[in-house]
Amino acid sequence: MSSYETIAFRAQDCDGCMKCVTACAQAKSGTDDPVHSRISILANADAWELALCRQCGDPKCVSNCPSAALAKDGATGVITWDADQCVNCLLCTVGCAYAGITYDARVGHVAKCDMCDGDPACVKACPTGALTLNTAARIHRRVADREDLFAPGLSACQGCNSELLIRHTLRHVGPNTVVATPPGCIPGMGTVGYNGRTGTKVPVFHPLLTNTASMLTGIKRYYNRIGRDDVQVLALAGDGGTSDAGFQSLSGAAERDEPMLYICVDNEGYMNTGMQASSATTYGSWTSTTPVGERLKGKSSEAKNLPVVMMMHNCSYVATAATAFLEDFYEKLDKAIEVSKTGMAYLHVFAPCPTGWRFGSDRTTDVCRLAVETNFFALWEYTPDKGLRFTRPVARPKPVREYLTGIGKYKHLNDEQVQHIQATVERKVEQLRRFER
Amino acid sequence: MLHTRYLVVGASHAGLEAVTAIRHWDAEGSLTMLTREPHRPYSPTILPYVVSGRSKPERVALKDEAWFAARKVDLRRGEELVSIDTANAVVRTASGNAWTYERLLLATGAAPAVPPVEGLKDVRFHVLRTLDDALALRDAGAGVKTAVVLGAGLVGLHAAEVLSKAGIRVVVVERQAHALPGYLDAPAAEIVETAFRDRGIFLLFGRTVASVQDRDGNPVAVTLDDGEMLPAELLLIGTGVRPVMDYLAGSGIETQQGILVDDTMGTSVPNVWAAGDVAQARAFFGAARVINGILPDAVEQGRIAGMAMAGDPSLKPYVGGLPINTFPFFGRHAVSVGISGEGDPAAEIHRRVDAKAGLYSRIAIKDGRLIGVCTVGMPIDAGVMWQLISRRVDLEPVKEAFVTAPLDTGRTLMSRLWR
Repeated sequence: MSSYETIAFRAQDCDGCMKCVTACAQAKSGTDDPVHSRISILANADAWELALCRQCGDPKCVSNCPSAALAKDGATGVITWDADQCVNCLLCTVGCAYAGITYDARVGHVAKCDMCDGDPACVKACPTGALTLNTAARIHRRVADREDLFAPGLSACQGCNSELLIRHTLRHVGPNTVVATPPGCIPGMGTVGYNGRTGTKVPVFHPLLTNTASMLTGIKRYYNRIGRDDVQVLALAGDGGTSDAGFQSLSGAAERDEPMLYICVDNEGYMNTGMQASSATTYGSWTSTTPVGERLKGKSSEAKNLPVVMMMHNCSYVATAATAFLEDFYEKLDKAIEVSKTGMAYLHVFAPCPTGWRFGSDRTTDVCRLAVETNFFALWEYTPDKGLRFTRPVARPKPVREYLTGIGKYKHLNDEQVQHIQATVERKVEQLRRFER
Repeated sequence: MLHTRYLVVGASHAGLEAVTAIRHWDAEGSLTMLTREPHRPYSPTILPYVVSGRSKPERVALKDEAWFAARKVDLRRGEELVSIDTANAVVRTASGNAWTYERLLLATGAAPAVPPVEGLKDVRFHVLRTLDDALALRDAGAGVKTAVVLGAGLVGLHAAEVLSKAGIRVVVVERQAHALPGYLDAPAAEIVETAFRDRGIFLLFGRTVASVQDRDGNPVAVTLDDGEMLPAELLLIGTGVRPVMDYLAGSGIETQQGILVDDTMGTSVPNVWAAGDVAQARAFFGAARVINGILPDAVEQGRIAGMAMAGDPSLKPYVGGLPINTFPFFGRHAVSVGISGEGDPAAEIHRRVDAKAGLYSRIAIKDGRLIGVCTVGMPIDAGVMWQLISRRVDLEPVKEAFVTAPLDTGRTLMSRLWR
């Protein structure tokens, strides 16, 4: 299967300026007349709505075309229209449920979005970021042919995003890698293997909870010493192994800016061993050690803000990422791999846990997205030279209540606690802004 | 005798869509497609454009050889179905070939229904259902000055436009009271009729042809039921079609006007499905099963049949045939979706007519739900209207906006409801 680029629309960011409509009309007819636009933005009571060709995978317009004028281009995914073949019978418009192929007598022929050869004019004209060109397909095209270095059939919980994360990361990092996975969900799901076989196709080992960063330091230095400075060392660790017991060795490695790629997969607690709280567990969370009862209403202290702590060390690169935004993750992974040849790169990846946080296993990516869109988990990167940069700034963050609702570990929260979390989220973003240059 | 898991008979929209649907679920099961046509698969809808020269006959094929090869389809052209032995799951063709099948789709379409007119069987007349018909009509049109078209339906009117543009004096004779009966209501039809008359095409309504006069088998004139005589060097019969199902004798497959099918296009006999112009299926409005006979519904039925044949679990049953069509005439368009609501006291009908400008719209709403839209010369998203009707979307909260601006309101509803 091929994967394709698409034009994405975020209604909450659209202010109805119609610049996309004008840009499309200009691109297709050389005039500003909206009748020539293939994208339409429509006013609704409280939001703006969109009508645009979806470039369907199983397009009914193509099935309905009696003249073979419409076809799905297997390479680009665009549904192409051949003016010479078209007889203007309009049967394609009958097939389209999305008003994506339309007819207006003033245009004189059916018209649909052709993605402007991969560089859509509407997206370039959008001043608010409501329209974006989703280029996630490029990731697929770039890495799909590389070997999946993670074994099939690993036993992560249903809906867990760490398998996705590990497969992407290992494919990208490549085979010349040594992986350390301290105790946690990642080795627990079979990464370190059973009965003498590993779950990865690269060397992987299981350090103690306390010494991941120092063991990787030693391995990297040994390889350098024998002239193998091309070997990548990689930690795939949980938040417990990173911010609690593993912190001392991590802090030391960061202070020395040891060349390594350290990825913390943060599911906000010890989800592998029965959902105990860690220092990364957020305020108000139910866990088996921060229960909800008459007096206690979940965790009473704030989470340690580990990415900020790492920023204050001497790391060459620190970034946060969420799997709902894989393009953003890939950009950071690229930079982190480059940096880790000479210094320490620390990636802190958000990993909502359906089992431990109690939400439906089909909602992981939605939860990830909402965490970012409410600023609960902000996406940023930091280098000592350039300071902090928000990689996906949220202009109008949603209320944090939208994120908390539907996650079982926050089910008991009262209004006061929600307000407290909202205030904390805003304060944390304010703090991060001070590191922008 | 050859064996195939899936046997699809007929290679137009219903058959091709069924192949697509089968292959979505079963990439490997042997699949054979039979067509009586010598040509590569094409759509009957394209034929008037072949007559006019707008479409080149060598470029009307809907799919090329590579499409069939990629889907591992054994396409056999020139194979006309003559009998089905459902007890032994065997079909036979006119060429003497036979296939055993596990699942059979009958998508054999329809053929012109020729009315019993005195003298007609002795003269050369034209119909327009196959590519060969279109080529014959195109060639015949070159040498004549007068033509009579029987029937003011989609085929008859479209052909009349084409013949008239070729400089032929055309008279259209229609038994019913106005053009495109069953597709357009009277005010919309009137706009279409005016366009034809403005271009010198004669339209006679409420009349039939009583007899045909010929010289050596070539028509020269027709006599109407009231005795009027019209010169006619070319005679085109466009009085509708009827399903092709003469091969069904002894098969036990139940028929009325067409092959009776259920909501997954299954016939009364196990492992046999039917779709497209040959199938008589549930109507969206009303209890009777109908032959809907339109291209988009052939696609819909073909897809459902293909999914059912392959056992695709995501199959959703047929919601019922909805009249839906587009009619291009002289560079303008009439579009009709759903029913008119005329004569139904519970239906509220919102009509706007500008006969001078040739603009018309009619919106019919019943119980807060859209039941039909018809426009001439005004932009409308027919596919969105189809969804609004078949999903029975409650329009009550936006009725005023919808009646005033159906295009924008329809798009807003679409974006909100099935984004």
